[in-house]
Amino acid sequence: MANALLIDTTEGETLRLAGAGAWTSTNAQPLEQEIDAAARRHAAAKQVAIDMGAVERLDTFGAWLLERLVRAFEGHGATTEIVGLKQDYRALIDELRQVKLEGPTRAPVNPVVAALAAVGRNIAGVGDTLVAVLNMLGAICVAFGRVIAHPRRFRFTSLVHQLDNVGWKGVPIILLITFLVGAIISQQGIFHFRKFGADIYVVDMIGILVLRELGVLIVCIMVAGRSGSAYTAELGAMKMREEVDALRTMGFDPVEVLVLPRILALIIGVPILTFLGSLAALYGGGLVAWLYGGIDPDIFLQRLKEAIDVKTFEVGMIKAPFMALVVGVVACVEGMKVKGSSESLGLQTTASVVESIFLVIVLDGFFAIFFASIGM
Amino acid sequence: MVAGNGKAKETVIEARGVTVGFGERLILNGVDLDVYRGEILGFVGGSGAGKSVLMRTIIGLLPKRGGKISVFGQDMDIAGDAERQAVERRWGVLFQQGALFSSLTVKENLQFPLREYLRLSQRLMDELALAKLEMVGLDASVLDKIPSELSGGMTKRVALARALALDPDIVFLDEPTSGLDPIGAGDFDTLIATLQRTLGLTVYMVTHDLDSLHTVCDRIAVLAEGKIIAAGNMDAMLASEHPWLKAYFRGKRSRAGHVAEAAAQARLAPQR
Repeated sequence: MANALLIDTTEGETLRLAGAGAWTSTNAQPLEQEIDAAARRHAAAKQVAIDMGAVERLDTFGAWLLERLVRAFEGHGATTEIVGLKQDYRALIDELRQVKLEGPTRAPVNPVVAALAAVGRNIAGVGDTLVAVLNMLGAICVAFGRVIAHPRRFRFTSLVHQLDNVGWKGVPIILLITFLVGAIISQQGIFHFRKFGADIYVVDMIGILVLRELGVLIVCIMVAGRSGSAYTAELGAMKMREEVDALRTMGFDPVEVLVLPRILALIIGVPILTFLGSLAALYGGGLVAWLYGGIDPDIFLQRLKEAIDVKTFEVGMIKAPFMALVVGVVACVEGMKVKGSSESLGLQTTASVVESIFLVIVLDGFFAIFFASIGM
Repeated sequence: MVAGNGKAKETVIEARGVTVGFGERLILNGVDLDVYRGEILGFVGGSGAGKSVLMRTIIGLLPKRGGKISVFGQDMDIAGDAERQAVERRWGVLFQQGALFSSLTVKENLQFPLREYLRLSQRLMDELALAKLEMVGLDASVLDKIPSELSGGMTKRVALARALALDPDIVFLDEPTSGLDPIGAGDFDTLIATLQRTLGLTVYMVTHDLDSLHTVCDRIAVLAEGKIIAAGNMDAMLASEHPWLKAYFRGKRSRAGHVAEAAAQARLAPQR
């Protein structure tokens, strides 16, 4: 800083401070240092006169720093006087005079306690989410019952629209991904099985793995990322803008109007996608088996017929609607949890995808135990 | 143009032949407008007439099809990034819904422009945030709240404080008193007038509030049919015979309507 913004001279008992230059936001940083230095240097002064006559411009930043200087001297019991201030700036200074700095002071928080509290809140949050999921499941059942009793109340247009988004528009990407996964499994299987001369058992592996587990799992993970996140974001934005409250005050049940069509669209859409995805995976596996493993399509099909039966296919398809339900319910619960801020919308959307994928995999484990015990 | 006090006034915003349209529809069709330093300009027009569109065009949020806009003498079409930023640093905008950053606290909202444009100590920023907040009539208790916890009036006040954070030369206010109760709206008008006086602000205010127009606006500009159909002080508006202006300023809901009626009756009374 080339030019001093504050010049101090002493005249007998009186300390004279003369401001200079522009006391504006751009000079606020050097000005603050000069003001604090002056206040420290002349802490013993009893009479202070601040001459603002040479200050070219003054804005809130400069005016506040002047106020801070005055308060510092008055804090030491000095009498201060501001002279030469332009009339235009008088109102601003008077305004800042009123500012009271003492806010409510908060007690310092122990970081260890805070960390433990955060862990506790998170664990309690898991319980709350489970309760909320059960709550939503109940509300959906009630709404479904009402719709069955009065079919005209059902929002068929909404269902078709959601089905288009979830099912039809998702077909290309689901087909592509399952095709690739089928191809990769086939290639890896052939590569490793060849060592034992057991190439042909790749067909058994692909058939059982894809139809029982992978088809439905991959589709559900894709749907959770594609449609579950969209549900959470849509419902969350509606919640933020009080659209959900508006529905409620008009006498509509948001679960019936918003949630039910979305969940039904998933329950219808995911099995269809699973079926298509499984076919694509088998196709990809077969193609690689033929081109890479030298297994003729005829032999592949022959072997597939022996390896799998309708039961294998049923196991995968039975799981699909349940997993769709889990994805949908979690997405809607998280959407309804969104509060006012955009940050919470992001957090809830992330939580929705992570939780639904986690729950889909857990559910798959339970199904494995279930099917094993009934011998499927 | 010569202002009321006879002093030639500096033009801070100059719009010439501004044309804005969406698709087939022309919203603004050759708008000419001058805003002078230190005045409070009230901007009125029917709903959907394009008041907000013009404001958003001036501040560069909407593209225009034709015309020229200069702010502080800087033609905004030919301004480079640095020049544009220099102008943007000198204006503050209060959006209709406040547009506070919803994931930041009130304090962080107020300090956001300070932090980005200036290098200040944390202490000074804290003090300034509180000072601005008290200038708009709030106190330290809201500093750590997040915007969704504020009432409508508080949101507007915080948004105004943020618009004023960098001590702008112009503030654009988009319907600052809509959604406030009459007392709150009156306070807000007083606040804007006080700030305009203390900070030497130029205020560009889009409003429907006839009381605001009466009490604080130095000049009123009227937008209709895509053009400025009138600009002048309240007396000029009241004297105008344009049918829309008559309906707006002398209609049933206007104070002028009541005043004019009362005056007419008072004038008639002694004659009887």
